[in-house]
Amino acid sequence: MPQHKLDYLDLLEAESIHIMREVAGQFERPALLFSGGKDSITLVQLALKAFKPGKIPFPLVHIDTGHNFPEALEYRDRIAAETGAKLIVRKVEDTIKAKGLKEPAGKFASRNALQSYTLLDTIEEFGFDACIGGARRDEEKARAKERIFSVRDEFGQWDPKKQRPELWNLYNGKIAKGENVRVFPISNWVELDVWNYIKREGIELPSIYFTHEREVIIHGEHLVALSPFIRIDEDDVIVKKNVRYRTVGDMTCTAAVESSASSIDDIISEINRTNISERGETRIDDQVSEAAMEDRKKNGYF
Amino acid sequence: MDLLRFITAGSVDDGKSTLIGRLLYDTDSIKVDQLETIQRQSKNKQEGEIDLALFTDGLRAEREQGITIDVAYKYFSTDKRKFIIADAPGHIQYTRNMVTGASNSDLIIILIDARQGVVEQTRRHSIIASLLQIPHVVVTINKMDMVDYSEAAYNSIVDEYSRMAQTLNMKDIRFIPVSALNGDNIVNSSPNTPWYTGQTLLDLLETIDVVRDLDFSESRFPVQYVIRPQSDDLHDYRGYAGKVLSGSYKKGDKIIVLPDHIESEIEAVEVHGIEVEEAFAPQSAVLRLKDDIDINRGDVIVTGSSAPIVSQEIEATLCWMDNKPLTAGGKYLLQVQSRRVRCIVKQINFKLDVNTLEKQEGIEKASLNDVVHVTIKTASPIVYDTYTSLRANGGAILIDETANTTVAGLMLS
Repeated sequence: MPQHKLDYLDLLEAESIHIMREVAGQFERPALLFSGGKDSITLVQLALKAFKPGKIPFPLVHIDTGHNFPEALEYRDRIAAETGAKLIVRKVEDTIKAKGLKEPAGKFASRNALQSYTLLDTIEEFGFDACIGGARRDEEKARAKERIFSVRDEFGQWDPKKQRPELWNLYNGKIAKGENVRVFPISNWVELDVWNYIKREGIELPSIYFTHEREVIIHGEHLVALSPFIRIDEDDVIVKKNVRYRTVGDMTCTAAVESSASSIDDIISEINRTNISERGETRIDDQVSEAAMEDRKKNGYF
Repeated sequence: MDLLRFITAGSVDDGKSTLIGRLLYDTDSIKVDQLETIQRQSKNKQEGEIDLALFTDGLRAEREQGITIDVAYKYFSTDKRKFIIADAPGHIQYTRNMVTGASNSDLIIILIDARQGVVEQTRRHSIIASLLQIPHVVVTINKMDMVDYSEAAYNSIVDEYSRMAQTLNMKDIRFIPVSALNGDNIVNSSPNTPWYTGQTLLDLLETIDVVRDLDFSESRFPVQYVIRPQSDDLHDYRGYAGKVLSGSYKKGDKIIVLPDHIESEIEAVEVHGIEVEEAFAPQSAVLRLKDDIDINRGDVIVTGSSAPIVSQEIEATLCWMDNKPLTAGGKYLLQVQSRRVRCIVKQINFKLDVNTLEKQEGIEKASLNDVVHVTIKTASPIVYDTYTSLRANGGAILIDETANTTVAGLMLS
């Protein structure tokens, strides 16, 4: 007689797969937003499992800011080839040229906000009615209040006051033409859940998640990788350190953490010991204001 | 490790946010940078003292208005369990949010101010908990420090609550005397309440039995998606993807596909592409059948002796969640699991006062936050169980056909 007991990771996985299948069942042209970061890598793994032995029934979409870590891009191309999923890449650079957008200035000028324009254009170009994203509710307090099926208007805007009630495991993905639903299957996972799952499933990650030597600028409490995308000032302190990335975003706005963690086990014990949150430690762009994420989401960010 | 989802009901005045803050703080779930943000905001506090309530505040829109507009989800874990907290505001106008948060909860924490005892809000939260059939109710009698940790005060509130609860359909009720502010009986047993020998709140949350719908006489599997790879090696493969809502499915099981009542047999059960002996609730799985029959999204594969209800005429208790009121004769979409059908709300039978349980008849419309009993006619049959017999297959939502919004949560009967 088998034991009818599931581990919490099994429960989270079952919920996420249920959500993936709701997307495939409710929408005509969904897409999975893939960045090469650990959360979207987890999404791909869940999507693979959800539709086995079939292929993932939607494309992977990467909104390329041009400020990516080369390791993440290499990984992206490889995983797309391995899964047999269609990969669509649209570049923020092209949107800037085509629309005459103003590049943000400053030391760590980030194209993070401009990403929203390219994303909305891509949604329009392919007529995507649902975009699956790897956001988690533990990341940030605006995320903590967002639904799993998050309806956006034709400008991609999130209105926290107009969210649809989401009861039981019933998801309402019904939308008008031009609207779009952002779907977050790993909403209920926390950072450590993702790492424990990656460990359990033996998922391969881009190398920058593990310790490596890198030249970084010491910027307040953050270590920012030297790259062609940031402005180096005379008084900058540049040092070589053993670092790894706890999150993978743009080179301009993702900080490295000093670490000697060379395996998933090392990373898990490091996160268990740390007393700083994921975003607090690694995201330079959220420091601007306490409502930074809330504002970006209202403007179409995922 | 297991997973427990719970909801906290109460207002800021009851110390609800402080209680959540305390649980997170005492289990080391608040990180230094998050604490610093809170400290910055705790301007009016004395040096070194932090306002734990601020940890649950969310959006700027809410901070500016000093209210909570929505359900926020919080996470923490101990060595024994992972916890998901649905933090729902408790004010009267937010019945809709509490219903939303309660729908997925295994347990509800109802906060009572020890100085106030059972008040209208306590009744409302308890009635909603019983309507939503939350399996466990934990009544935390808070602010015990304000009543000198008096056993008599505690006992009198326990009696008062127990009397009220007799009129409600609640299966498991526990009581704990706490002070969220001082941390009494939250994570650690309090020396201030030597007369209380029961569990602390965290201990209870860590050990309480989580109800999973494993009733094998009621196996339910709504089909979400049909997997047909149509590749050379899987030319004839046809798998039905869905989630086991209750019970289990094994190779060789005789099944019935509803609502069309087609009989067949399970050829294989797969979980994530691997053939397994059995899939059980709440796993996501794929079923393959012996016969080549036409099954679509929205169909339900069932086994066992006790079949669900297949009907076009339904009664339900619903919580209305839209600004535009519900009127008898209104047409909507009804969604039960993966099945969505057109329907008409034929009649509003009565309104339930969520403060008193009184039934008010002769109602013509239901407004935002109203709980009403309705009769619904659907355009085609739906497959469901009564909410009280099988929660996992007895909940439904109404969708406005033109605005597309979710306008009601329904407990089918």
